Amino acid sequence: MKIVSLDPRVNRSSINETEESVVLKKLDQFQTYEVFAQTKRGVHHVHVGSVHAANKKIAVLFAKEQYARRGKCVNIWVVKTSDIATTEYEDSDIFDTLDEKTHRNPESYKVLNRIKEYKERTSK
Amino acid sequence: MYGNAYIDPKKANSSLVDGENPEKLAEFEARIARGEKIEPKDWMPAMYRKQLVRMIEQHAHSEIIGSLPEGTWITRAPGFRRKLALMAKVQDEVGHAQLLYNAAETLGKSREDMINDLISGKSKYSNVFNYPAKTWADSAVIAWLIDAGAIVNQLANSRGSYGPYCRALERICAEESFHLKYGHDNVVFLATGTSKQREMVQDALTRWWPPIMHFFGPSDKDSVHSETLMRWKVKMASNDDMRQQFLNMYVPKIWDLGLTLPDANLKKNEETGKWDYTEPDWEEFKRVINGGGPCNAERLAVRRTAEENGQWVRKALLKESETYVTPLS
Repeated sequence: MKIVSLDPRVNRSSINETEESVVLKKLDQFQTYEVFAQTKRGVHHVHVGSVHAANKKIAVLFAKEQYARRGKCVNIWVVKTSDIATTEYEDSDIFDTLDEKTHRNPESYKVLNRIKEYKERTSK
Repeated sequence: MYGNAYIDPKKANSSLVDGENPEKLAEFEARIARGEKIEPKDWMPAMYRKQLVRMIEQHAHSEIIGSLPEGTWITRAPGFRRKLALMAKVQDEVGHAQLLYNAAETLGKSREDMINDLISGKSKYSNVFNYPAKTWADSAVIAWLIDAGAIVNQLANSRGSYGPYCRALERICAEESFHLKYGHDNVVFLATGTSKQREMVQDALTRWWPPIMHFFGPSDKDSVHSETLMRWKVKMASNDDMRQQFLNMYVPKIWDLGLTLPDANLKKNEETGKWDYTEPDWEEFKRVINGGGPCNAERLAVRRTAEENGQWVRKALLKESETYVTPLS
């Protein structure tokens, strides 16, 4: 039985109501690409989300439609999700040692006392 | 645009935390209580994952199916500017579906499985889209009031606990504000126009009011799951609270235009500060959500045909050697 619709586009398409349902197989919707967008020249690209695409050219096209419909965007990068290596939140203690490494911080270098003491000692 | 996720009341007997490791559960709940977001690879209770997949997936389907009744009027929009605006709105809705499918995917359900479940009728979508958009005024009422309801819902959910869903909703809410203004503009234009135009918009409003009252779903204050889902910040407000918020914001604006609503009991109760209304027909709601509405068959057939028609292109582009991994966030 054909679908009878208030929508002329649906009537023109002549769609059957009861038909064997199509079943999408694995990868039918392709792999995903992560999208990085830059809002103006001079600032970092920032991760904004992902798109499904068959290749990187299409991924750029979809990324533009998906993430640059509003507001400012001057440049987009895409990269296959499967090509990205990440750390794990579970292992985030690998970042915890930063506080101990005072030798990296300018504040941990105090020279004025030493200079003062030196001047006092040598002026006698 | 979106309607609230439908939770089957028959499945309300078992606890949502059965079999979970109590230590991990406590740590998880403390994290949410501190206002932290949960990210895809974090530990989460199985039911947290399941409820979120169902909710985000239904939301995504609603965006796709919701673009169909509105899309009906693109070819016949009155004037070029309105045609452009409606095309932009429909593109937004389809874009929202992409964002939401991606958010659901991060929880482990593939996009193919979600589309299969939509087409086979296994997954639900917002019930309002099983009703037809008979005239241009219907598209105006949908754009104003259904999107208004969606914003109430989505703003609440954007403060939820699952990072990818929150981030998608922030982007979505920003775009919905144009839909709301566009819809209001269209309704006001008709309501302040000729007697024929007023008649059209009143007719559309009268027909859409029952689905709009259904939009937030049946009262869930007695649901045994609500407390857990709210603690997990999966659900941010009760269905009744969201309905009240919507009525409070929009009924005065509707009445202000001299339009009427088909519920003689609808009025603000000055004592309680809440709106009184005739309880919506929940039997009708169940009948339609289970496939008995005027457009259920059409919506799914159109979606299935779109999938079939595009299949040869996707097949031609597919490289079998590609590997799929879930999106990062």
